[in-house]
This record gives sequence, C-alpha cells and structure tokens, in this order.
Amino acid sequence: MVGEGIEINKRRKTVMEKISYTFLLFLTLIVIAFVMGIIIYLIVKGSSAINWEFLSQKPRAGMREGGIFPAILGTMYLVIGTLIFSLPIGILAAIYLNEYASKNRLTRIIRLSIINMSGVPSVVYGLFGLGFFVILLKFGRSILAGSLTLALLILPVIITATEEALKTVPDSYRHASLALGATKWQTITKVILPQALPGIITGSVIGIGRAAGETAPIIFTVAAFSQPNLPNSIFSQVMALPYHLYVLATQLTDTPENMQWGTALVLLMLVLIFAVSGTTIRTRFRLRKKE
Amino acid sequence: MNDDKIKIKVRNYGFYYGTVKVLSDVNMDIQENAITSIIGPSGCGKTTFLRTFNRMNELLPNTRVEGEIIIDGIDIYKDNIDVVDLRKRIGMVFQRPNPFPKTIYENIIYGPRLHRKYTKKQLGSIVESSLKRAALWDEVKHKLNTNALDLSGGQQQRLCIARVLAVNPEIILMDEPASALDPISTQKIEDLMDELKENYTIIIVTHNMQQAARVSQKAAFLLTESTGEPATLIEYDDTNKIFTNPRDKRTEDYITGRFG
Repeated sequence: MVGEGIEINKRRKTVMEKISYTFLLFLTLIVIAFVMGIIIYLIVKGSSAINWEFLSQKPRAGMREGGIFPAILGTMYLVIGTLIFSLPIGILAAIYLNEYASKNRLTRIIRLSIINMSGVPSVVYGLFGLGFFVILLKFGRSILAGSLTLALLILPVIITATEEALKTVPDSYRHASLALGATKWQTITKVILPQALPGIITGSVIGIGRAAGETAPIIFTVAAFSQPNLPNSIFSQVMALPYHLYVLATQLTDTPENMQWGTALVLLMLVLIFAVSGTTIRTRFRLRKKE
Repeated sequence: MNDDKIKIKVRNYGFYYGTVKVLSDVNMDIQENAITSIIGPSGCGKTTFLRTFNRMNELLPNTRVEGEIIIDGIDIYKDNIDVVDLRKRIGMVFQRPNPFPKTIYENIIYGPRLHRKYTKKQLGSIVESSLKRAALWDEVKHKLNTNALDLSGGQQQRLCIARVLAVNPEIILMDEPASALDPISTQKIEDLMDELKENYTIIIVTHNMQQAARVSQKAAFLLTESTGEPATLIEYDDTNKIFTNPRDKRTEDYITGRFG
C-alpha cells in the first residue's frame, strides 16, 4: 500500500533528521563547553589573585608579590599602537582591492601575499620585527617596534574583514551615488564606508584580540622582563600581559600560582572588554542608521 | 511644446563589450522637454544605450563607444569632458528603487552637497521642493528623518526621482523605472513623468509597450535581428505613429506582440 510506504519512509527520515540534528547540536555544544571550560577554569584558579592592588601596582619581591599594572598598561599601549598603524593601512588596502584594483596580475600577487601573510607563524613576525624595525630602522626594542610588528601580524585580518564588508555593500548604492555626480572617492567615503563600518569593526576586534594575546612577536621587539619605571615614550620598552604570563609560568620558580592564573584572567578580560566595546559601537551604529 | 528643439544628437553610435559589438549605427535626435521611450525585446541593448548618455557604461571594464553623442552641441565622449559634471546634468533613475540606507532627508541632500556647500535653510528648501516635484512631499513631510528603506517600493522610487531632481539635471534617464512596482505606484510614476517633461528631457527604457505608448511622445525601437549581430535602431518616430502606423514590418511585428 502506498500509504504504508510513505509512513515507513517518513519514520526513517524523521529518525535521520533527529540523529543529524542531535549530532550537530552536540558538536556545537563541545565548542561552547571548551570556551566555557577555559573561562571557568581561569576564574576558579585566578580570581583569588585579583584585587585592586593586583591591578594597580607594580610587581614586588621579584614578581612574587604586588600587581601587574605595568603589563596591563603595556598591552593597552601595544593594542592602541597596533591599531594606529594597521587600521588605516588595512582599510585603505581593502578599499584599493575592492573598489579600484582591476583583475590583473598585480592584484593576484597582492591577494596571494595577503593570504600568505596570514599563514606566517607569529614568531617569524617577531624575528622580522627584530631585524627590520629594531635593528635596521634603529627603533630599538620599543613600543614603536612592537606595535609595527603586531600591526603586520593583524593586517591580513583587517584587510580581509574590511574587504568582505565592502563586498556586502550592494552595487546599486555605488551606481546611485555615481549617477548623481559623485566622484568615486566621495562614493566610498559617504556611502560605502558607513555601510561597511560594522564589518570593519568586527575585523578590528578580532585583530585586537590577536594583537593583545600574541607573545612571540613582542618578545624580540618590545617586551620587558621587568621594568622599574613606566614607559614614557614610544621608544620605551613595556611589559606586556602575555609575556608577563610566560615569565611567571616558566622563568620564575615559586611565584604564587594564582598570580599566573590571575594574569591570564586579566588578559582574557581585557580582550573581552575590547570585544564588547567593539560590538556596542557596532550596535549603536546600526541603531542610529535604523532610526 | 516646442517641437523642434533638439537636446541630444546621436551620430553613428555603436557600442562594444570587449570585442563583441552590441549596438551599431544608431542615429537619432532627441527632443528637449519631451519623453522619448526606447523599446525592444530583452537583451537588445536598451539599457546599454541609455547608460551611454551619462557614461555609466564606463564602470564596466573593456567597453568602447564609437560615434558621437552630442548634447547641447558638445560630444560627451570627448577627452576633455568631466564625467562627474556630466552626471550632475544628466540624472538617472534605476530599475529597482535604490535609495541610500539613510534618512529621507539625507537621501535628497546627498547630491546637492556633493557639488557645493549649502546652509541648513537652503537644504531644507531643496528637500521640500524636490519632494514636491516628485509628488512625495505630502506622504513623507512628517517623517523626513526616518530611514528611506522603510518606505514602500513606489515611494522609494519617487524618492529616487526626487533625489535626482535635487541636483537640478537637464536630462533624466529612466531605466524601466516602474517594472518593480505595483500598478498604482506605476500610475503615479507615469503621472509624474508627464509633469516633469515640462522642465526636463526624459529618456525612458521600457519593456512595457503600453507604458511607452502612454507616456512618451517619441519612441525608438531597437532590435537584434540575428544572434551574434549588434542591435540596430529599426524605427524612430512619434510614438503615435510607431504604435498606429509603423513604417517597418519588424516594428509592427513587435508592437503587435508577434515576438519579444
């Protein structure tokens, strides 16, 4: 009977649907579980170290006591420095690639380079930064050299995210603007970039996360093991959270364990704060456009 | 209506996409303060032809124009022509309404502000007069600061027309401006076109022959006779004549619906 066949088929399909649904859900939950696991673990192990002194004081007693303020400040400086260099270059490069470049050999080479840039291990960036910025350009181990090195590292992220964002802006907006007698540059600044801004912000936040968390590129170019005074110019060295964490965990014996976890927790929180403020700006922007 | 005033002269015009010639040997004079419709089956290069007048085809790579497009005595394909200035004088309304995702107010002032600075008061009056001329003012005057994308399709298209009018063009190109709209919105756009022709020269591409017959004074029929060949101008005359007493057999076949 036809009806019977259909019923059996339906039952079989429903079972398959359920299995695949459960399986996919399970995989997704695993991802979330790991992220939550890391965060909870850090909080459990590290929250006892976090207090006002930890956040606002310099390390004391050979880093075994006191706080990590210089490292927090140093990481902030590095993130800001990195954005100062990588945002304009990255955004302009993406504008060139998406709005101006014709499909020729040069463009292909540029794209290939960007893909390769994102595949280069971060320690290689560190060595390059040491050779080029620190030694050749004589910036010394400094905020400047470190920021430039990190900027190179996150350039591919910024470029790719910006280009994707530009691609989502419909051509009809470009045509409307040009047909009204706008120049290409007017069209880009007045119509396309405002539309692409949310995507650019997302890319920047991801970039910030990487810049703040990388250790290898800053070891050779900026990071100080310990610094008695706070940095006073872009040519100063700084302490930085990821390197400080590395030092606490491997270079010193008998530092209290919760200080290590606490440092990691602060780093995570810092990145999180950047991410949340990025998303807030983005949402604000979307809302304003919707008004 | 001043019948003989010619705004645009098209001379031996041809157009290439890469090495493929899609339009050939077009010669026609387009009247000032009248509506000229361009009709023909899909793919015959109507839109390409329309985009010739504001040089929008240049946005595509590997395109080439031959012949002359003379507007007010000047060949707009000469090297010394400023495309930006040209497009300011020749507005364009697209097939799908494409307001910017900004407020109604911002949409209107976008064009004027590209070209010079205005005071807030001046901008306000530009917005009001443009929207009035586009027959949209009464519907939106209380919500100028809402997002243009919240308007209906027909309102969006009239907003796009208002946006063009705000730049004070002399010629308005319309690329099937009502094809994405419902009949009532279409009616409004057509009424609007009829009013606008008093002050502007309008060229409209349409695949809708009734529309061409309703709104235009002159009609041009483009046709690709065999695949691979460029399209040519088969007949160009008063719209009345084209639709009631065409000279060419092919025009007659098309308007009676035998193909296309």
